[in-house]
Amino acid sequence: MNPLRHFDTPLLKTPFHARTEVANKLWSWGNWGGYTTVLTCEDLSMEHSAIRNTATVYDLCPMIKYRIEGPEALAYLNRLTIRNLAKLSVGGVQYTAWVNDAGHLLDDGTLFRLAPDRYRLCCQERHLNWLLDSAFGFDVTIADETEEIAALSLQGPTSAEILRLAGFNVDGLKPFRMANFDFGTGRLMISRTGFTGDLGYELWTTPDHALALWDALFDAGSLHGLRPIGSDALNIARMEAGFIIAGLDFTPADTCVREDRLRSPLEMGLGWLIDWDKGHFTGKASLVRQRDKGTKWSFVGLEIDGNVSAEGAILYHDKKHEVGVITGACWSPVLKRNVALAQILTKHAAGVGIWTEIYALRELQYEKMMMRARVVDRPFFNHPRRRATPPGRF
Amino acid sequence: MPSFDTIIIGAGPNGLAAGHRLASKGRNVVVLEAASVPGGGAGLAHLSYNLDARVEAAMELSQHGLSWQHANLATTVLSPDGRHLRLVGAIGERLTGDIADTDRAAWEVLRARLLRFAAVLAPLNHMAPPRIAKGVGNPLTKLAMIGLRARMMGAAEFRELARILLTNVHDLLDDELSDPRLKGVLAFDATLGGWLGPRSPNSVLPWLVRLSGQTAGVQGALGLPQGGMAALGVAMVKAAGAKGVTIRCGARVARILVEGERVAGVTLADGTELRAGCVVSSVAPKTTLLDLIGPRHLDAGLTTRARHQKARGGAAKLHLTLRALPDFKGADRTDRLVIAPSEHAVEQAFNPVKYGRVPEHPVMEIMISTAHAPGPDGLHHLSAIAQFAPHNPVDRDAARAAMLAACLGQLEAHAPGIGALVIGADLQMPYDIEAAYGLPGGQWHAGELSVEQMLFLRPLPGIAQYRGPVAGLWLASAGCHPGGGVSGSAGWNAALAMEAAE
Repeated sequence: MNPLRHFDTPLLKTPFHARTEVANKLWSWGNWGGYTTVLTCEDLSMEHSAIRNTATVYDLCPMIKYRIEGPEALAYLNRLTIRNLAKLSVGGVQYTAWVNDAGHLLDDGTLFRLAPDRYRLCCQERHLNWLLDSAFGFDVTIADETEEIAALSLQGPTSAEILRLAGFNVDGLKPFRMANFDFGTGRLMISRTGFTGDLGYELWTTPDHALALWDALFDAGSLHGLRPIGSDALNIARMEAGFIIAGLDFTPADTCVREDRLRSPLEMGLGWLIDWDKGHFTGKASLVRQRDKGTKWSFVGLEIDGNVSAEGAILYHDKKHEVGVITGACWSPVLKRNVALAQILTKHAAGVGIWTEIYALRELQYEKMMMRARVVDRPFFNHPRRRATPPGRF
Repeated sequence: MPSFDTIIIGAGPNGLAAGHRLASKGRNVVVLEAASVPGGGAGLAHLSYNLDARVEAAMELSQHGLSWQHANLATTVLSPDGRHLRLVGAIGERLTGDIADTDRAAWEVLRARLLRFAAVLAPLNHMAPPRIAKGVGNPLTKLAMIGLRARMMGAAEFRELARILLTNVHDLLDDELSDPRLKGVLAFDATLGGWLGPRSPNSVLPWLVRLSGQTAGVQGALGLPQGGMAALGVAMVKAAGAKGVTIRCGARVARILVEGERVAGVTLADGTELRAGCVVSSVAPKTTLLDLIGPRHLDAGLTTRARHQKARGGAAKLHLTLRALPDFKGADRTDRLVIAPSEHAVEQAFNPVKYGRVPEHPVMEIMISTAHAPGPDGLHHLSAIAQFAPHNPVDRDAARAAMLAACLGQLEAHAPGIGALVIGADLQMPYDIEAAYGLPGGQWHAGELSVEQMLFLRPLPGIAQYRGPVAGLWLASAGCHPGGGVSGSAGWNAALAMEAAE
């Protein structure tokens, strides 16, 4: 008999909670996927600054993680996702996305090839139904392993040095590769991945080693500016890096109510992921049709005049006609530029005559500004240290 | 081996109709049939009720041996006390036997109305289902004509059509009629071959689809071909052959070959490969998609929808070999005999099937072929379609034995002494029919014909216009619009759709 006491804990605690609740000086909590997570520990500016100048630790546990294994895991994933996995060797990580039959985005995520027949898929939303439905006819097993793994994101220029000091040599680890280490009585997997567009790593272990991992990092990082951060600082960093998030920059197709809000990878700037030559995959026929016909929507990076964040602002052509919406925006502290991510009608994606209507709340009164927006390349922030191998000793 | 440009899977009425049409338009067609003889589901049915007039004419079936022994067979509703009710002419044009005048009058009105409604809907059978989208080449004129004809019945009749369209058979009959035998046989007919009882929601529409059929130009008439239903299949085989269609029996297709995301041919169960850029499958869509094509060539959502397509068979086929002609209390044994004492009896026969059990008193349609044409050995052959039978009981052998006993009990009650005449009995449960005919769930229509699986939802949304989900694949099964019966309509419509796509 299920005691059905789930309402006693509307939000779960991650394996790092004992540390994050000490770090969360502002007691600023948010709900991420049903878990209690830190929004800002102490000071947003300092936390973002640490991502770009020293190093940061961020609790990744609520990220949804699926274990996909079996003799046909590769064939299964090649049908499920839009990218070609044949090129992903064991120890490699791939950024990818998956769509429904109509070619509409369900989610994007990272796929780790842990062994020849074993993968881990990490993503924002829950997709077990879709993954299981997709498994029909394939010799593969799917399991949600979100709660079996404790994960931390260690990001920033000094992150590699901190790992060295903690006893993990990651000098040879290239971006989108992973390595395994002994850790206490258990194992630690370190992947050179992240959501900041900077030098950084993600650390994966079991929940019983979570607190020891946290402590080991902070012991090693005390002289290298290591600080815990919350989601707010990470969100600024990810926008600087031009990364998108399901639910913020697009509405996942399986939860989308309004038909005109559905977006394909082509419309979300993810067309480069699609392998048109790998054979059939779910949604391919629809995507081919859309590719040949052209998309209605495009996804672009914008640079906007002024210094007021254009979060949620509407885009206009010639200050008159609505042509899109900003899905994420910030004043970038590191670039000293006002940047934004936006969905825009493809016919205006070149960015000629685009304006954005910003409402700035100043002491209880909105000031309306019509600011010029220019389409610029993403990522906005792109530092060579992200890719340098061995990583620099900062 | 000669090369073909078009492979048709299944030599049933739809496969043969499609093959004939395609061959007469210049295609080089081979039809592959798993069984040792062609004909497919035609051998399953007793009678013809919806042979497509287009198919009958274009295939010149009468010149290839089709003639009607009875083009408008009467039905006798058996009563254990000999008070039989006889429906003469198409769906009881006249009722004989003792029945109240009020029922006679009410039935005349209801019958005319049902036939009128069915006739209004009939043109839908001869076209691909419209798509729910703009600018997709829907036959708007044809659709408008159907709407107009419905409206021209007058406001009262149009309203009545709208009222009953999605209602249930029991309520419809109960509103107008009182005689349990009449209501019983009509409820039986309405649910024949389906997985629904007379009280099931939406049971009227599938009945109207059935009543939209014809035999020899008479709407609603039941036809018995000379030589039985198998002879209809033989005529279609001859007609297709005359157009140059090659028919290969004993050629079970194991896989449809897909290369470069296009159909490339088929692989037979014996390993033989036949190559062609166009494959038309007249086997059930569920089988075609999940078994012959396979999930890895299909989108995940479509695969899931195909898995969930409802295909439950509720009818069992009984065959008895008898020492002598049984006596059904004086009933004319050349009639179609129906045991369905009331609309409640039909519903009660369905009730246990919902839970995977066998009914105590199944309802059935009986044909005695040797009453029409006695065999040389003096033996008699009785065939019955008994409803309802569970398609997936826990113990299949026990269910078959229980169903056989229940059927024999029903027969004994209506023809005392018949049990002593039986020298051979064979009962095919829905799962036996699935094994023998490749119909998923033993479903007679290759996928239930119910409102949620009709028109643009048949077999599945998105592939209802006969074009399959893989380039070069076409679906031409009874599981497609307009559904089952020995009509050839789906095959013919599919061939038309293929021509239009060229």
